[in-house]
Amino acid sequence: MKLSRKAVLVMTEGDVEDMAEIAPSNSLGREGLRRIKRNPLAVVGGSVILFFILVAIFAPLLAPFDPRSTAWFDQIRPTLIPGPSGAHWFGLDAAGRDELSRIIYGARASLVIGVLSLLIGAFIGAMIGLLAGAFGGWVDSLVMRITDIMLSVPGLLLALSIAAVIGQSQTSIIVAVAVPNIPLFARLLRGSMLGERQKDYVASAESVGVRRRSLVMRHVFPNSLAPMLVQASLALSTAIIDASALSFLGLGSADPGVAEWGRMLTDTTRYLRVAPHLAIFPGVAIMITALGFNLFGEAVREALDPKLRR
Amino acid sequence: MVKFIVRRLLLLIPILFGLSLLLFIWVRALPGGPATALLGEKATPARIAEVNKSYGFDRPVLTQYLTYMKKVIHLDFGQSIALRRDVTDEILRRFPATISLAAAAMLFAVGIGVPLGLMAARRERTWFDFTAVTASLVGVSIPVFFLAQILKYIFALKFSLLPTIGRLTTTRHLEVHTRIEVIDSIIAWDGGALWDSIKHLILPGIALGTIPLAIIARITRASVLEVLNEDYVRTARAKGLRTRAISRGHVLRNALLPIVTVIGLQTGLLLSGAVLTEQVFTWNGMGSLLADGVIKKDYPVIQGGVMFLAVVFVLVNLLVDVLYAVIDPRIRVS
Amino acid sequence: MNPEPAVPVSGPDAGAPISSSLVKPPILVVEDLRVTFQIHGAKALHAVDGVSFEVRAGETVGIVGESGSGKSVTSLAILGLLPARGVTVTGSIKLDGEQLLHRSERAMQDIRGRRIAMVFQDPMSSLNPVLTVGRQIGETIRRHQKIDRTKARIKAAELLDRVGIPEPMRRLGSYPHQLSGGMRQRVMIAIALATEPALLIADEPTTALDVTIQAQVLDLLRSLVSESDTALIMITHDLGVVAGMCNHVNVMYSGRIVETGQRYALFGSPRHHYTRGLLASVPRLDGSQDRLQPIPGSPSDTIPWSQGCAFSPRCPAVIDACLGSAPELVTSEINTRVRCVNPAPPTDAMWAPR
Repeated sequence: MKLSRKAVLVMTEGDVEDMAEIAPSNSLGREGLRRIKRNPLAVVGGSVILFFILVAIFAPLLAPFDPRSTAWFDQIRPTLIPGPSGAHWFGLDAAGRDELSRIIYGARASLVIGVLSLLIGAFIGAMIGLLAGAFGGWVDSLVMRITDIMLSVPGLLLALSIAAVIGQSQTSIIVAVAVPNIPLFARLLRGSMLGERQKDYVASAESVGVRRRSLVMRHVFPNSLAPMLVQASLALSTAIIDASALSFLGLGSADPGVAEWGRMLTDTTRYLRVAPHLAIFPGVAIMITALGFNLFGEAVREALDPKLRR
Repeated sequence: MVKFIVRRLLLLIPILFGLSLLLFIWVRALPGGPATALLGEKATPARIAEVNKSYGFDRPVLTQYLTYMKKVIHLDFGQSIALRRDVTDEILRRFPATISLAAAAMLFAVGIGVPLGLMAARRERTWFDFTAVTASLVGVSIPVFFLAQILKYIFALKFSLLPTIGRLTTTRHLEVHTRIEVIDSIIAWDGGALWDSIKHLILPGIALGTIPLAIIARITRASVLEVLNEDYVRTARAKGLRTRAISRGHVLRNALLPIVTVIGLQTGLLLSGAVLTEQVFTWNGMGSLLADGVIKKDYPVIQGGVMFLAVVFVLVNLLVDVLYAVIDPRIRVS
Repeated sequence: MNPEPAVPVSGPDAGAPISSSLVKPPILVVEDLRVTFQIHGAKALHAVDGVSFEVRAGETVGIVGESGSGKSVTSLAILGLLPARGVTVTGSIKLDGEQLLHRSERAMQDIRGRRIAMVFQDPMSSLNPVLTVGRQIGETIRRHQKIDRTKARIKAAELLDRVGIPEPMRRLGSYPHQLSGGMRQRVMIAIALATEPALLIADEPTTALDVTIQAQVLDLLRSLVSESDTALIMITHDLGVVAGMCNHVNVMYSGRIVETGQRYALFGSPRHHYTRGLLASVPRLDGSQDRLQPIPGSPSDTIPWSQGCAFSPRCPAVIDACLGSAPELVTSEINTRVRCVNPAPPTDAMWAPR
């Protein structure tokens, strides 16, 4: 593993192994898909993700109760918050709401926030990286300096200061989680495009007179996508954890009725002694979802990394 | 080497300027400006005007920025709105606590992560390896604030084994020198205080150190496996070297490069990323300063804190690069 | 590259295999060596499939073949450097009459580097980039000889001097990346010769080097071997190298030796169509050849030996008898041995060494 400093910087959060050397051609094709299907990691991760998505979509059908209903508030005492029971599988929360229903609806918030923020971050990042990679020169230098600045602040800290300024809302969290992803994806795409451009097939395409723009769009860019895909699936897990961290710190929606896993953990801190179940269920939900994306991302990387092909 | 360090330090200047500019514009770019953010959407225009005047928000942005930067160069980040104290003083007062927490976490992460990664690599494709890899994947998936609460519940609330609040039992008196309790208690030659401060570090350290541990274990495993496949390890074997000499002289030394990089990066992250852990364990460090600043929209604290931590982050990474050059002669030359 | 045969090859006995009248007993005897790779779930791969040969002191033996012919695996098997898992090695490898196969790793460690040394193909990747040259030579010396650090250092410098590196004392402190490719390979050779081994195995020692350097490194190997009476196994795909230095040549295809014999006999009248193909595809500078004739197909166009001759899918002279069972090695009238049921007719000096 010849990890360059830059490659490591790109992997700041979460993942570890070598991305720079993940290579390309026809790896996005059938062969890659076949390898993903055969990998038990991918099957487990994929199932978790699928389950999570289904729960999010069908939340209204699956949830036994209205997540906002405080109908059982009369059962709440300062020293007693009822835990799991036949009527409420995951117990009640401190406001007398059904914890299971809130967890189910919480999947929605996590999915929307996680996916949207990643898509925004990855898209903007990819555009910037594409510009830098395709034009080079001063465009490239400018992009690199700006990403340098952004990367000099750890991701969560950057997200925190962004969310702080926008204020309490889900949009704020989406933007805050998206922004730190921008430099990561910009650098990754630029880096792999530069690496790709130095490969022999580009030189040979140029030598037979393929025009530069079509070369970049048809060959260099698609072949640089593989590492992006890997980064994206791993970054999704980080996005979900970071988004819940921000709402844990109280930066999510100002409306206390909104079910968000991170937020549900904030409320819990005070009742930890009385009601540990309130910490366990949302915490485990975040963990399993993040694990699903990590397992899947790992499998994608293995499928796309020619070094692991044997 | 000196030239390299100086050059890297000089590079820090444009980064800091850029960062301060970004933060500054960001705060002022919002609809209604900082005063609205400070007072909330429903604030009366009169109140907003008042706040704008007292903080100088009514002057042109460029003037504001120049005034701000003039102060920043003198390490003056202004006054905290919520705490009514100098941001710089507050940062210096809080940072040592974060250092001791990050150090405890890294000690835990490196102390367990590196041997674990080594063992997994040596037993590649056995159940031990599989378990270690899976565990590290689970490790990076645990939200810190969840792990912190679980630890707190099990070790403190359920079994009362370890303290979970603060850095020292409140009734204990310890003379302040460095604000790092472990060191202060050694200076005071107070064994009880030392043990007390260590006990306070255990749970937050584990909570904060788990993700780095998982990452370090994985990179160690991957890097050792990579090196084991290198031609020069085969050469070392062909020379008849003993297994131990190969592991120490050839495998570890070369595998260290990516490990050092990741350790440095994680240290940088921990020094700044302790926001969540500090919040759960009521640890009055930089993290909780920032978290409070964020909730209270205390912009001078956010600006100052983020810039300070960015400097720390960049410096730690610089240190890693220097270490890197010490280990790898190929980098030393270029 | 002027050939200087160490053993006279005239006379009827020139190509005789085991029943040779040579005085020296063989240092290394490999008999029926088989190496099978069994990767989980995949079909077993017979990388080396019943190979026998021997090497005498002062003699240079060539093993020639394309990549995948099993030549490198053979050398790794001799040193016991094949991975323990998924690999089965059977047969016999004897060094001075002692069986090397199935020895403990610890016992092999005493043999490697001391009695058998190896030079690998790519000196850049085969030298540890973060350790000085001096350290890498010194650790070999100190591993096998009980001498102190200073003496080991002096010895290392002497070795560098012997392999033709100027300013050896200063070079001890150099890192591999500070040396040129040829210098690095000289360092590898210095490491291999550090403990005066009885047998040196060189696996494609010049393939990764510039053409101009190749001849220098070969000359160095040749002179070192003849000075010290070390036996040398030269593993290569380059017939030029073989022709220039080897007394005895083994041509391997798909894990088996397909033709073997003394250099002049074998090159003078190659009988196996694979050997002929190899020779015809080597460029000649003397203009005796109209155009290069590559062997059709690739080494992957093969059949298992159990179903017939593995070369038959690419062979220009394939007949029905080639299929069904593996041909045996048959001694020819000029004392080479050929594994072919329809060998090419003897020719006069088809390809004399350059």
